[in-house]
Amino acid sequence: MAQDTLFRRITDYAHRADPYPLYAELRRAKVARQEDGSYLVGAYHEITALLHDPRISSDTRERTDPEGPFPQDSSLPPSFIGLDDPEHDRLRRLAMRPFGPPHTPGRVDALHGDITAIARELVAGLRHKDRIDLVDDFAYPLPVTVICRLLGVPHEDVPRIHAWTTTVITSLDISPGEDPARRREAALAARAEMAHYLGELAGKRRGHPTGDMLSALVNDPGPEGALTPLELMISSVLLLIAGHETTVNLITNGMLTLLRHPEALALLRDRPELMPAAVEELLRYEPPVHMLPQRTPLVDIEIAGAVIPRGVPLILVLASGNRDPLRFEDPDRFDPERPDNRHLGFGSGIHSCFGAPLARIETQIALTELLHGLGPLRLAEDPPPYRSSPVLRGPRHLLIERVDGG
Amino acid sequence: MSGEPRGGRIVVVGASLAGLRAAETLREKGFAGELTIVGDEALPPYDRPPLSKQVLLGRVRARDVGLPRRRAVDARWRLGTPAAGLDTAGKRVLLAGGEKLPYDRLLIATGTRARPWPNPGEAALDGVLTLRTADDASRLAGLLDAGPRRVLVIGAGFTGSEIASACRERGLEVTVAERGPAPLVGALGGTLGALAAAQQRAHGVDLRCGVTVTSLRGDGGRFAGAELSDGSRVDAEVAVVALGAVRNTEWLAGSGLAAGPRGVACDAGCRAFDMYGIVTDDIFVAGDVARFPHPLFEYQMLSLEHWGNAVAQAEVAAHNMVSAGPDRRPHLAVPAFWSSQFGLNIKSVGVPTFSDQVVIVQGSPQERRLVAVYGYRGRVTAAVSVNRAKWLEHYQSLIESGAPFPPGPGAADGPGPPLSPVPSAVPDPAVLSHGPSVALTGHLPDRRLAVVHHQDG
Repeated sequence: MAQDTLFRRITDYAHRADPYPLYAELRRAKVARQEDGSYLVGAYHEITALLHDPRISSDTRERTDPEGPFPQDSSLPPSFIGLDDPEHDRLRRLAMRPFGPPHTPGRVDALHGDITAIARELVAGLRHKDRIDLVDDFAYPLPVTVICRLLGVPHEDVPRIHAWTTTVITSLDISPGEDPARRREAALAARAEMAHYLGELAGKRRGHPTGDMLSALVNDPGPEGALTPLELMISSVLLLIAGHETTVNLITNGMLTLLRHPEALALLRDRPELMPAAVEELLRYEPPVHMLPQRTPLVDIEIAGAVIPRGVPLILVLASGNRDPLRFEDPDRFDPERPDNRHLGFGSGIHSCFGAPLARIETQIALTELLHGLGPLRLAEDPPPYRSSPVLRGPRHLLIERVDGG
Repeated sequence: MSGEPRGGRIVVVGASLAGLRAAETLREKGFAGELTIVGDEALPPYDRPPLSKQVLLGRVRARDVGLPRRRAVDARWRLGTPAAGLDTAGKRVLLAGGEKLPYDRLLIATGTRARPWPNPGEAALDGVLTLRTADDASRLAGLLDAGPRRVLVIGAGFTGSEIASACRERGLEVTVAERGPAPLVGALGGTLGALAAAQQRAHGVDLRCGVTVTSLRGDGGRFAGAELSDGSRVDAEVAVVALGAVRNTEWLAGSGLAAGPRGVACDAGCRAFDMYGIVTDDIFVAGDVARFPHPLFEYQMLSLEHWGNAVAQAEVAAHNMVSAGPDRRPHLAVPAFWSSQFGLNIKSVGVPTFSDQVVIVQGSPQERRLVAVYGYRGRVTAAVSVNRAKWLEHYQSLIESGAPFPPGPGAADGPGPPLSPVPSAVPDPAVLSHGPSVALTGHLPDRRLAVVHHQDG
């Protein structure tokens, strides 16, 4: 089949459960120009070269046709995920100040106990159920509770956060041919409401710190000064959404993968110390973010014998790079003890996942508690129903049954 | 190669980073014979970078920096026993106590030691020390704990600068004396040297460049101060001599190997050369003590005092020790190192001293955040980031592919005037207080960098 319909086929919901054969096709093409003028790259070494290339912009305003796929929200400035250095670097650094090293090295580690307690409580609630929907009953509530606690969002507001997030995320869906205007408008409205909500919350914390990140952001500016109120609103929307949405998929994909590989599941039950490496392999094998659709070359870029023209949408298919046989031996095998596993599950380069340390420990704890807190399990449905997004890919539900006698 | 590649006797001389990683790799690759590891220090292998950073800040104790083990090595450890000689014909390593260790294959990984203060009487003063070993670090940390009124650091290479940084972080007064025009200039050239000088002064260091320390004064056997070549005096209670490193090759005198003050010469596969330039097949070299040809730098012989090089070269050497001809691999890793000092995270790829020009492609010295790219005769040979390390992989690929210098503009550069390269201003190592941590060990020992410019065509 022609490469120029690859993106159409990848985004087709029919291939959501198993896009990997299409990715293999993409890797053979190295660089695949699509009928709408965008370019797809799916080979590991080419993706990493482009992720580290300062001639590639993350700002979609650099596109020749800014109204093409993934148009920019014009009502609010982009968050740092959609900006280039040095502005990206400044905003990310200020947001990192209360989250990680060098200023706050202990923040994520300190959450270990909380995350374990939340996970145990959720697992306890599953014990009396014969049929579990892992997404609704566990993989969603855990990270959303953690990120709200971390940022300082009251737990009773979680339903509002959930509704806003879903609306924003839905607008990331790509259904070529469909007019996305309506979904976009709803998403813009949701993002704006969320921004105002978080801005108001941060305002209340000013002078009344409660130990969370919003409090630190407004009360403890570094020598470079604080984020402006608008920057704070936009950055905290990003942290809140990215801080749980992707982890839901990682935990769910993780459990799905382990239930499909009983030998790996048994190994991890016996040897819990292998869990960190197993989570890295999950990030390679079934990553929560399948592609980065926001890149744009600032000049014509020569790569793998092709030229990607300046100003076109450039889509880097991370999940395809993760299965590249030129980088990973036997890439379609799930191997929780895989050595030399420099996967693209968190991206790479300056935009590499801000919350990676949190996602790692949340998933390690989540899977450990699920494996040890429940008896033998099996999938009630395989493949499960997927969410519509080909970008943030994961099951919408994951029905699991307890195995009798377990 | 003598004997079965995966059997026989292997002796590793040197029990630090390169020696340990080589031993682990030998076992990893299936070496099933007898393995002996000889080390002059009594301690099992430990990590040196923290010694001039966390240990001096009191965050880690010097005895808690043991290197993590990748796997069991099942070796006979001869620690606290320096090697004293090598009989290549009889294939035996002579130990200091007189014992002879026979080998089928030998790895030389004896590294370097701190260059001592040239006047032994002054060097023996209480309060005068070098920093290379865990014992040194422990002693220095103890001296700093006592709260000296002033510390004198002699030499502003990476080690000296990191020590000065730790002193300032602990609130101690510190004077740094450097014969060259700026700190770090020997490794990074003039542009970043100027940034390092400004940063040291902004952090309250009494930085004296273009001077040498002519003598150390004692008072009742205790160090009390120093005289400088400009006629000034510094009163201090501690003097740290940071004059660079000396390669541990004396034990190879008379062995017939191409070993000398610049290291032990070897080929790209880590096999040692003998004094006639003939490659041996049973003696390998890795780590700081090695000098090896690198294709990215016109096959100049490089000596690198880099953590990453010790690991990568040890792995290649070990692989080649247990592999026959066509399965052997070259050591082609792009040199890289890092340093943290005065709030700056400095990372380097390539060989900045192998350059004639430098250009700042991202950020600026004023922001204390930049990427500088180095070029030699129109191609990229190195890049150094300050507080901006995530970009380095891109520049590494430019080095590896011999990309044109200066590089084109990018998204991260921000709007600004076009790039304007300036001379990289890497001084001849002879003008520095400290030795270079990367030496291009070309044909003319006293004009190592000049040789670069004379090799046209």
